[in-house]
Amino acid sequence: METRHKILLLDDDPDLLDIYREILGQLPSLPDIRTATTGGRAMAMLEAEPFTLLICDLKMPKMDGLQVLSIVRRKYPELRTVVLTSMADEQFRSRVYALGVDLYWQKPGSDSEIKMFLECLESLLGRESGSGFRGVQSKSLVDIVQLECISQSSSVLRITNGPLSGRIWINSGELIDAETDGLRGEEAFQRILAWKAGSFESLPEEPSRARTIFKSYNALLLESAQALDELRGAPTPASDANNQTPPAPPSGLGELVQVEGVEFVLTARTAPGGAVESRGLDNPDRLATWTRQSTERFRTLADRLQAGPLEQISGLGPQRHVTVAHRHDSEICVGWLHSLSVEEVREQMKKVLALWAS
Amino acid sequence: MGFLKLFSKPAVVPRALLRLPTGSFTLDRSGRVVVTTLPSSFPAELVLEIGDHILGTFRDAQTAQLPLDELVVYYPALKITARELRGGAIVYFSPQTLTSPVKQP
Repeated sequence: METRHKILLLDDDPDLLDIYREILGQLPSLPDIRTATTGGRAMAMLEAEPFTLLICDLKMPKMDGLQVLSIVRRKYPELRTVVLTSMADEQFRSRVYALGVDLYWQKPGSDSEIKMFLECLESLLGRESGSGFRGVQSKSLVDIVQLECISQSSSVLRITNGPLSGRIWINSGELIDAETDGLRGEEAFQRILAWKAGSFESLPEEPSRARTIFKSYNALLLESAQALDELRGAPTPASDANNQTPPAPPSGLGELVQVEGVEFVLTARTAPGGAVESRGLDNPDRLATWTRQSTERFRTLADRLQAGPLEQISGLGPQRHVTVAHRHDSEICVGWLHSLSVEEVREQMKKVLALWAS
Repeated sequence: MGFLKLFSKPAVVPRALLRLPTGSFTLDRSGRVVVTTLPSSFPAELVLEIGDHILGTFRDAQTAQLPLDELVVYYPALKITARELRGGAIVYFSPQTLTSPVKQP
């Protein structure tokens, strides 16, 4: 039986909320629409009952939209989120998307904009949850490439995964070239295929592109799948038996230490005594302990401060810098050359995290 | 013309929520707050808790043979910067609001 979607509208202007409610009443799926005028009230409502979609203003007193969204994205990862704002600034748009918000929309001012806005919302409401590429949720990149090839398309797929980006050229259903991060051809294709999520767009075909890939797409996809299986390594004991033990931290650290400025990389399961992997370290255990302690401390603090989930911790030292971040049930600690500035470390860390996630 | 109202922003009295402050505080090596410029509305026990985490992280880094002079903790809505001061620390709070500068790559 189909359940009615529930939308929570958050804006500090009650008049606006009335207008939005009226507009959203035109959605074909006839969702149940609730409203809140403060971040606190919205949080209480989300706590009390499940919602499908949160539509949030950015500029609000005390707890602004970014604060609300950063908490919501962590506490309710399945909740679709839309920012509806009068601010057209590209910086805000980037920051909102960096939080993982599904849609950033300027407040509609005409009938056609309202119609487009409603179409986007309806699409979001109908979307199945799960991972995948923005625009084709629940589909892996392999699915997308297969779809393009089977339909004999000619296009250029531009794929973006955080700071990483790549392109795949398809002509009349055949893969002809790929490019990412200094790589070209099959190697680039396999690298791109290892990305689990991101966004993609289809660009116009480039028939004049020189061909570097001569294998069939099926053969390449098969090779990529095998390579990924090998990269994920041997199964952990008992992990296959009942599927209750989470997999080991991702391997492939060799790729991470190749990022410019990296001295060492360490990954550790969050649980004390959990698996530790490292590259470039002689004695990783002490650092693994510090990494776990530090993330635990500042993740706890995040809840108390209501400042959103811990993103990362950077440490600057006389010998080297380090950055620590957390994902699922693992931590990562990266050592950096002392010559890098804080901002350079932060930018390079984005690359490391994108590769780690892949 | 009702949509012109979309851009208006009347003042609204919000509910009481923890406001992330701008300011700094200094800790001695035992974790006591020596000086603070944080507003008095910010809970003192939270200041001590933050200080405790900061000093603990610096100390544990020493133990791990990773001496650090500075720590920067990033949350979506807040950046905490701490500089080591002979066993103590000075800690800066920078809320990341819509008006915060964003570094362009």
